[in-house]
Amino acid sequence: MKVDSYRFLPRSFRSYYEGRGPFTGEEELVWVPFEKRLQESRIALLSSAGLFLKQSQPSFDIERERAQPEWGDPSWRPIPAHVDNADRGVAHLHINDEDVIADPEIALPARLLEQLATDGVIGGSAAQHVSVMGYQERTLVGWRDKTAGEVIAHLRSQGVDGLILAPA
Amino acid sequence: MPVLARWIEKAGIPTVVVTMMPAVAEERLTPRVVGVEFPYGHSFGMPGDKAMQRQVLELALRVLAGAGAPGTRVDLDVEWPVPLRDAYRGWQPKEASPIVKVLLETGRRPG
Repeated sequence: MKVDSYRFLPRSFRSYYEGRGPFTGEEELVWVPFEKRLQESRIALLSSAGLFLKQSQPSFDIERERAQPEWGDPSWRPIPAHVDNADRGVAHLHINDEDVIADPEIALPARLLEQLATDGVIGGSAAQHVSVMGYQERTLVGWRDKTAGEVIAHLRSQGVDGLILAPA
Repeated sequence: MPVLARWIEKAGIPTVVVTMMPAVAEERLTPRVVGVEFPYGHSFGMPGDKAMQRQVLELALRVLAGAGAPGTRVDLDVEWPVPLRDAYRGWQPKEASPIVKVLLETGRRPG
């Protein structure tokens, strides 16, 4: 089956995405071989569903986005692998968040990844995964200038061998 | 998200992007792509459907570890088990996002 990339997108938005080619300044191929066996590898997850910990982290700033519609909060949150689902909040104005709140695993399957580690499919999961909010300014300036470097440092500190990213 | 994946890959960490828009990820030269024909907000499947979620996650791991060249794309062969009209309406926020409100009010087109 070949996935229809625009099946669930409003028709008027298709031209926003289709045929745009590489992002400016990102025209070269990038590639790092995955060297280890999966069974010996530590894997991390990154979701753009705007997940945060209600008890200990600020929400992504959706009030500023309401005031400045072309701006999106570029910050990030570490999400522990063993977090209580009831503590996971969602701040994302571009999706219906009911299903993610009901089952955060559809955006960031931390428990399932732990299960795969228990089953021996992977060596282990990161202790802390990564959450961002996917709606961003067109230039991605906040991600480029601050967030990307911080997330890379975080992943290195976790000893991660590979990352699964999931746009919401 | 494809650009963020590229930056992380450039820093030496292999990546795979699980996305509803694999054609867009390919255009953005994402190193490894898993395509899913799911509504937005549901990258790993239906809420509560652990078997479906595991299918997606295991495919992502296989592509992460097994892809041999940049630009590898593998699509998941699973149809969304909800009628299209319901799924199309279901993923959208109850209130239009701020930028969509601006576009609707001004008649501007996206992009």
